[in-house]
Amino acid sequence: MANPSPVKTKQSEQDAAGPVSTMSVLAPAIGWLIPGAGHLIQKRWGRGVLLMLSIFTMFFLGLAMQGRVYKPNGGDILDMLGFVGNIGAGGLYIVTRAMDWGHGAISHATADYGTKFLIVAGLLNFITVADAYHIAIGKKP
Amino acid sequence: MTITLSHFTSAVLFSIFASVVFGITQRNTPQEMVRYGLYCFSMFLGGVILAGWVMWLIRR
Repeated sequence: MANPSPVKTKQSEQDAAGPVSTMSVLAPAIGWLIPGAGHLIQKRWGRGVLLMLSIFTMFFLGLAMQGRVYKPNGGDILDMLGFVGNIGAGGLYIVTRAMDWGHGAISHATADYGTKFLIVAGLLNFITVADAYHIAIGKKP
Repeated sequence: MTITLSHFTSAVLFSIFASVVFGITQRNTPQEMVRYGLYCFSMFLGGVILAGWVMWLIRR
């Protein structure tokens, strides 16, 4: 009677975390790589397309405004946070780095806005990924 | 391709995209999503206009 139900405790912990299914792993992963795709593979067509359009447009506007894409770094704290924001865009960030885009132009006044657009696009994708996960585990319709 | 946007255009575009994502991700039903998205957009834009007027007053 000292430890009545360790299994029950584990079960309740699992219930609180939500059921682990293939979709609950796949949707956030796909959603991170391709913004909005986590919703599309769960047949949330309208939401997926709107999210995809918003994040893609914001990211490409940021690039077109000569925004800067941060690289992995261990220097200034703001640079590290910038990198965390950028990495949220997933596949877009990978393609941008692979194509060597996003060097930033100090000569343009709007280039700083571009940098912010790029960071926020990544941060919005983090929210989108969490939403795709919530849909996958049935927490959200 | 390089785009040069004004401060206000940048803020409006930012508000639109952020509001769409907030609306969809933070509410459960389509009606609530639209309402929350519009609310966020008006708050973003209202904040920009208010901040603009505050800066104008400070400058005077």
